[in-house]
Amino acid sequence: MKKKRWNDYLWIWPIIYFSLGFFNILFAWLGMIDFIVPIIIASLGGGKAFCNRYCGRGKLFALIPSVLKKTNKKVAPTWMYGPLFRYGFLAFFMTMFGNMLHQTYLVFGGNAPLRTVVKLFWTFKVPWKWAYTVTSVPAWVTQFSYGFYSLMLTSTLIGLIVMSLYRPRTWCTFCPMGTMTQGICRIRQGKAG
Amino acid sequence: MKRLAKINENVCVCCGACQDACPRGAISTSSGRYAVVDTDSCVGCGLCARTCPTGCINLIERAGIAI
Repeated sequence: MKKKRWNDYLWIWPIIYFSLGFFNILFAWLGMIDFIVPIIIASLGGGKAFCNRYCGRGKLFALIPSVLKKTNKKVAPTWMYGPLFRYGFLAFFMTMFGNMLHQTYLVFGGNAPLRTVVKLFWTFKVPWKWAYTVTSVPAWVTQFSYGFYSLMLTSTLIGLIVMSLYRPRTWCTFCPMGTMTQGICRIRQGKAG
Repeated sequence: MKRLAKINENVCVCCGACQDACPRGAISTSSGRYAVVDTDSCVGCGLCARTCPTGCINLIERAGIAI
């Protein structure tokens, strides 16, 4: 049996993240770590080390079925890990990220009110007002928190759905961050050789 | 017949699930493009193949070793 290392316990990170965001939405900003760190590592030549070693979500998806002793052995359909879907999902995800930034900009400029809702699957608005406490923090900072928390929660829910339908880490096959960092590695190695 | 894990590099998304599953530490993902099996360390247990979300790992027969 392999000796456990500190990063084997990183499955706790998404649980902490969503718990903190449940009580105070401003903690959603912490999710930027999951966005920026993989890109920095891949850009500096560290490959997909984030996905391979430090992704809390990946660890959580691997852990849940093993704890419940209900691991689905079914492999995802071919299209789900094919380049068309992977890059298409990345493009869709980044478009939605851009949309979220635009909404934040509108609130920043005073052209839109702060919406204290979490949008699941980019469609369903779930009231989340209890997590908003009026502070001296500008409204746009809070708007970004709501948008980012929505993005993180939606992607985790998609991950949990595909985890139950197929093998545990099926989310990783089309995770936008994974696709992006693999693309960066391809570009880097293409240049190198 | 002894077996060996073989990764389809065109399909591998380099997620690292196989690396986590391998009890021998025989899989490396350092390239960031696809996982690589150290053929000397692999014992052909098949744990990686069972874990891979894309099913891109197959167990093949090890070539005979001339002594």
